[in-house]
Amino acid sequence: MTAKVHYREIVQSGTGFWGLLAFLGLLIALGLFAAYNMEHHGHWITGMNQQIVWGTPHVFAVFLIVAASGALNTASISSVFGKSVYKPLARVSAFLAISLLVGGLAVLVLDLGRPDRLIVAMTHYNFKSIFAWNIFLYTGFMAVVGLYLWWMMDPPWQRHYRIAGFFAFLWRIILTTGTGGIFGFLVARQAYDEAIMPPMFVIFSFAYGLAILILITMAAMKWTGRPMGEVILRRLKNLLGIFVASSMYFVIVYHLTKLYITAFHGVERFILLDGGVYTALFWIGQVLVGYLLPLAIVYHPTLGKSRTAVAWASVFVILGGLAQMYVTIIGGEAYPLVLFPGMEISSSYHDGVVAEYAPSLYEVLLGIGGIGIALIAMTLGMKHLKLLPESLEDAVVDPHAS
Amino acid sequence: MASPLRSILAVAGLGLLLSSPLAGAGNLLPEIPKAKARVSATQGCVEPTEVMRHNHMKFLLHHRKEALREGVRTKKYSLMECINCHVPDPDSPQAVHYGNPKHFCSSCHTYAAVRIDCFECHRDTPLPSSRKSTSASGVTAPVTLASGVDAHALKKASSPAEEN
Amino acid sequence: MTDQNRFEEARRRFLKGAAGAATLAIAPGVILHQVARARPASQPASSENRWGMLIDTTKCSSGCDACVRGCQEYNGWGDNEVHSDAAQKAHWIRKVEVRNRQTGYTHSLPVMCQHCKYPPCVDVCPTGASMKRDDGIVLVDKHICIGCRYCMMACPYKARSFVHEELHDQLPTAPRGKGTVEACTLCVQRVDKDGPEAVPACAEACAAEGHNAILFGDMNDPNSKLSKALEKYGGTQIREDLGLDLGVRYLGI
Repeated sequence: MTAKVHYREIVQSGTGFWGLLAFLGLLIALGLFAAYNMEHHGHWITGMNQQIVWGTPHVFAVFLIVAASGALNTASISSVFGKSVYKPLARVSAFLAISLLVGGLAVLVLDLGRPDRLIVAMTHYNFKSIFAWNIFLYTGFMAVVGLYLWWMMDPPWQRHYRIAGFFAFLWRIILTTGTGGIFGFLVARQAYDEAIMPPMFVIFSFAYGLAILILITMAAMKWTGRPMGEVILRRLKNLLGIFVASSMYFVIVYHLTKLYITAFHGVERFILLDGGVYTALFWIGQVLVGYLLPLAIVYHPTLGKSRTAVAWASVFVILGGLAQMYVTIIGGEAYPLVLFPGMEISSSYHDGVVAEYAPSLYEVLLGIGGIGIALIAMTLGMKHLKLLPESLEDAVVDPHAS
Repeated sequence: MASPLRSILAVAGLGLLLSSPLAGAGNLLPEIPKAKARVSATQGCVEPTEVMRHNHMKFLLHHRKEALREGVRTKKYSLMECINCHVPDPDSPQAVHYGNPKHFCSSCHTYAAVRIDCFECHRDTPLPSSRKSTSASGVTAPVTLASGVDAHALKKASSPAEEN
Repeated sequence: MTDQNRFEEARRRFLKGAAGAATLAIAPGVILHQVARARPASQPASSENRWGMLIDTTKCSSGCDACVRGCQEYNGWGDNEVHSDAAQKAHWIRKVEVRNRQTGYTHSLPVMCQHCKYPPCVDVCPTGASMKRDDGIVLVDKHICIGCRYCMMACPYKARSFVHEELHDQLPTAPRGKGTVEACTLCVQRVDKDGPEAVPACAEACAAEGHNAILFGDMNDPNSKLSKALEKYGGTQIREDLGLDLGVRYLGI
C-alpha cells in the first residue's frame, strides 16, 4: 500500500513563470525565423550540401525524438513493471514524452525541402519506407500515450491505465527501433548498416529521456516550492547510471564489430582516430561528457548524493547525447562512400574525401526552436494539468523506506 | 490662384476617374491572354473552353501521372504544350513569367487566388526561339543524333562489341 | 481477355524471334533494321524493356568530362544555380578517377544514377516519389517529393542531388526545382521518343568527342547491341556486392 499521491496544477504565475514562457517563446520565434528563411531562400543558406544532406537540424530532431520515447520510461517502469516508487512521476513522464516528440517532429518537418507539402506525406505512402512507418509510429505514439495519460488522470478509467501503459511501452520500443533503423538499415554508408543500431538507439533513449525528466522534475519541484526527497532522487540517479553504462556498452560493441571487420577499418579510423571534429566530439563529447563524467558523478559516494551534482550529471548526459547524434548522423555522412573497395578514388565532387560541413546559425536556431516547443508544451502542461505531484517526499514516494 | 487650379485638378481627376482606372476596376474579370493557335476553326483549345476552364487541373494531374510514372508522352494535355501555345516567346517583347498578371496562368490564378507550384520546377515560358535553333539545347537538336541514320552510325561506332 | 493477352505475347515473341534471326543474318555487315522500335507516345513504358548502359572505361580518358557537359547542357543543371556553393550544386553525373593503391593502375569513369533493379532510394522514400518505371528507369516524381533527402542517405552511389535554391528558366524537358531531389533520368524523354534508338546526352557527347565509351540499349532484348556486348565482354557493376542489379554496367573497372 502506497500513500495516495496528490497531483496539482501549478498555481504560481509570477514574473518567473511569465519570464520562462517569454524565453521559450523567443526560442520558438528564432526557430520559426530560421525555418522561414530556409524555406524562402532554399537550403543554400544552411551548411548542408549534397554530401551532408542531413545536418544540425536532424541532430536536434533525432535527439528529441529518441529522448521522447525514453522520457516515457519512468511511467512504464511504474505501470508495466510495478515499481511504485516511480508512480508519482508517471504523469510528468508521459506528458514529457509527447512534448519532446512534438518538438522533434517540428524540427524534422520544418527542415524538409518542401514543408508546404506535408499533406503529401499524409496522403501518399510507400510502406517499405521507415519514414512512412514512422508517420504512423509517431502519431500513434501520441495517441497511445495520450490515452495512457488520460486513463491515469481520469478516476473512472484509472483501473484500466496499466493496459494503456503496457501498450504505450510496447509502442515506444517499436518506435525507437524504427528511429535506429533509419540508420541501421542503410546499406550505403560505412558507419551505418548495423543491426545493433536500433537496440542501441533504444538504450540511448532510456538515458536521454531520463536525463531530461530528472532536470525538468527538479526544476519544476524547486520553482513551485514542492518538496523532493532523497529516495526518488537516489532511485532516478541510479537508474540514469545503469542507462548510461548500458549505452556505453552498446557503443563499445558497435565499434568492436566495425573494428573486427577489415572492410570497416577506414570508417573506424575516421571516427576514432583522425576525423578531426568528429573524433573530438566522439571522445570528448560522447564518451567523456556523455558517459564517463555522469557515471563518475552518480556512483561517487559523496557527489552522488548532491542534488546539484546529479543535475549536472543529467546535463552531461544530454550534451553527450547531442554529441553522439552529431557523430552518428553527420560523422556517418562525412566519411566518403566506398564505391570501389580497396581503391583510391577522387573526383571534382568530393569522392574519396571527407565532406566539409559547418553548421549554419539557421540550423542551430531551428534545432533550438524545437527544444523551445518541447519545453513550452511541458511548462503549459504542468501549469494547467494535474501532472506534477504536490510532494515527492520520501514518505510519499516510498512509505516503507525508513 | 488656388481655386481655379483646384477646379482644374478636380476636373482632371474626375476625367481620370471616369476613364481608365475606374473603368478598368469596373471590369473585375481577368484579362486572359490569347493563345497562339486554335485547334480547329470551331474550337480553341484541346477541349471546349468551358471544359478547360473547369477541368484543366484534372487533365494536367492525370497527364502528369501518366507521363512521369508511366512514360505516356501524348501531347494533348501536356503542360509543355499549354505553355508553348499560351505563353509568348521569352525573346519577344511580350515576354512574361508566371507571377505577372499577363502570364496566361497567372491571369486567372491571381484572380481566383489559387496558388499553384507547377512553375517551381516547370519552365513557365516556351523555350526561346533563339535557343531552339541552336544545336546547344539538345531539346530539338538530338533529332540529328537520336533518330535516323546518324543515330545508327553513332550506335554502330559506339558499340564496344564492334570496336574491340 | 487473358487469352487475347497470351496471344499477343506469343505473337510478339514470334515476331521478335523472326526479326532477331533476320538481324543476325545481316549482322556482320550493316544493320538495316532495328529489331525493336520506339513505342507509340500513347503506350506506357513496359517491363519488356530494361534500359541500361555499358560504359567501356578503357575508352574513357581521365581528363575528359564531355559526358558531364553533355548532360548539363541537355538537362540544364549546374549553371543556373547561382547561390549554391560547389558542394551544394547538383551533380547528375560526375567523372571519378580510380587508382589501385597497390599496383598504381588508374582508370577514369563517369558515375551517374545506376538505375538499380532494387533501388534503395525507392525503398526508403516515404511518399513513393522515388520510383522505378516498368522499363527500369529510376526517377523522382517531384510532384510528391517532400525534400526529406532520405533517398540521398540511402543511395550507395551519391547519384542524387537536392536543389538548394529557387530556379528559373529550366529546360522544358527537365523540370527541376527548389526543395526537391533529382538525378540522372537516363534521358527519359529521349528514351520515350526513340526507344532502342535513343542516345542519352552523355553517350552523345562521348561519341562526339570520339571516345564512344557509352552504349545505351535494352538489356531485356537479347538481340540488342547492349545485350550482345554484355554477353561477350561481361561487364561489372559498381558495388556488385550490394546485389542491387544495376542498369549501368562497366568494362575495365
